[in-house]
Amino acid sequence: MVINMGWYNKDVVNILDFSREDIELLFSKADEMRAQLKDKSVKKTLSNKIIGIAFFEPSTRTRMSFETAAKRLGADTVGFTGEEGTSVAKGETFADTIKMIDSYVDAIVLRHKFEGAALFASGIAQNPVINGGDGKSHHPTQAMLDLYTTKTLFGEIDGLTFALIGDLKYSRTVSSLIYGLSMFKPKEIILISPQQLKLREEIKLFAVDHGLKIREEENIEAISEADIIYVTRIQKERFPDLQEYEKVKGSYKINKKILETHAKKTAKVLHPLPRVDELSPDVDNTNYQAYFLQASLGVPLRMALLSLVLGGD
Amino acid sequence: MDMRKDEKLLVSKIENGTVIDHINSGRALVVLKILNIKGNEGYRIAIVMNVPSTTMGKKDIVKLEDYYPNSEDLEKISLISPNATINIIKDYEVIKKYKVEIPNKIKGTLKCNNPTCITRKSNEPITSSFTLLSKDKIKLQCDYCGSILTEDDVIKELIGESQ
Repeated sequence: MVINMGWYNKDVVNILDFSREDIELLFSKADEMRAQLKDKSVKKTLSNKIIGIAFFEPSTRTRMSFETAAKRLGADTVGFTGEEGTSVAKGETFADTIKMIDSYVDAIVLRHKFEGAALFASGIAQNPVINGGDGKSHHPTQAMLDLYTTKTLFGEIDGLTFALIGDLKYSRTVSSLIYGLSMFKPKEIILISPQQLKLREEIKLFAVDHGLKIREEENIEAISEADIIYVTRIQKERFPDLQEYEKVKGSYKINKKILETHAKKTAKVLHPLPRVDELSPDVDNTNYQAYFLQASLGVPLRMALLSLVLGGD
Repeated sequence: MDMRKDEKLLVSKIENGTVIDHINSGRALVVLKILNIKGNEGYRIAIVMNVPSTTMGKKDIVKLEDYYPNSEDLEKISLISPNATINIIKDYEVIKKYKVEIPNKIKGTLKCNNPTCITRKSNEPITSSFTLLSKDKIKLQCDYCGSILTEDDVIKELIGESQ
C-alpha cells in the first residue's frame, strides 16, 4: 500500500484543504485509473472497504460516479438518497445520523442542503468525510473534476480564460471552481450572469484577495475570449423565494448559434449537469461540447480520490 | 465650555462599579441592551453620549454603579465598539483599566444570518463560529457557511434590531 500524506485519511470538505501539488497528484492518479479502466486492468485495492453514501439531497452523477468508482476498486457501498425512509424523517439529528453511519463504514460521502454540513460532519466522524455538495457552499470533487477535465482538454490550466455563466450566486460548483482556480494561474475569469445571480460577495472577495483576475459581465458576448465556457443551471431549490426564481428563469441560454457567433473555435463548453434550458441540445454534436467527457471523467477522478483517501495502491 | 467640566457637570464619579469609556459615539444604548440593562434593576447608571474625544472625535461613556460585565458581555461590546476601555472602580479609584479586545474567533456569541447554515439547524449540537476578517469596520465570516456579517448585521444580531 502506498500512502500519500496529503490525502490519506483526510476529509475532503473544501478544495482549499489541498495544495496544488495534492491536486496534481490526484490528476496523475486519475490518468492511471482512466488507462486501467480502458484496458480493463483495474486492481481491486479497496476490496475490504465499505463506503457510506449519505445523500440528504438528490443526485444522479455525483452519487452514481462515487458508487461506480468504489465498486470498480472492489469496495462496497451502503447508503440512501433523500431523508424519507431514514430516521432523519423521524426527527433524528444530523449529528446522530453521522455518528451512526461512521460506526458502520470506512468513509462517508455526504450531500446536504445546509451549508457547512460536511465540515460539521467531519468534526463528528472518525472516518474521512467526503463532501458531495453542501448547500451553496462547496462541491470540492466537482471542482476537481472540472479542473481535471480542463487539464485533459488543454494539457494545462494556467494561462486559460474561464467564462462562468449563469447562476453564480447559488451554484456551489462555481464557488468551489473559483477556490480551485486560486491554486492555479488562470489568465482571467469572466463572470457572466443576470444582475440577480451575481457571484456572492464573499467569493468575490476571496478571488480578489487571492490574485485572481475577475471581470463581471451581463452580456453573453463576453464569452469571446474564453477557453472554457462553464455553464450552470439556475439553482431553483436554493431560492428563498420562488417568485425571485420566476423572474430569472430562462434568462440566459447557450446554443450553437451563440457559440459560432461569439466563441473561439477552440473553446470548450463544460456543465456540471443536470441542465434544464440554459444549454441547448444543439451544442451536443459540436466541437464545443465537452460536458459528456466531463461527466464520464467523474468515475476515474473519484476512483483516484477514494484510492488516495483510503490508501488503495 | 471645556469638555471635562462639561462632563463633570453631567456625571458624578461612582464609588464602586464599572466605567465603559471610548464607546463609539451613539452606541451607549446598544451597550446597555447588550448588558441586558433595562433601567429598572436598581443600578445607578450614567450615560454620556456624543461627547468630544481627542482620539475618537466623539464618544459615548456608560457608568454603572455596582455592576461588572462578564467576559461574554465584553466580547459583545468589543464587536460594536472595538476601542472601548473598561475601568473597574473601587472606592472612587480606578483599580483596573483595560481595552476590550476582539478575539480572532468568535464562538457561540452570534447567530449566523444565513438561514441554511448548518449552525442554524435546530437541535444539532453545534456552536456558531466566526473568524474576524476586519477590525476597523467589523467584518466576520462564518466558519461553516462562509457568510459575511457586517457591523450592521452584528448589531442586529446582538440587540435584535438595526441601529
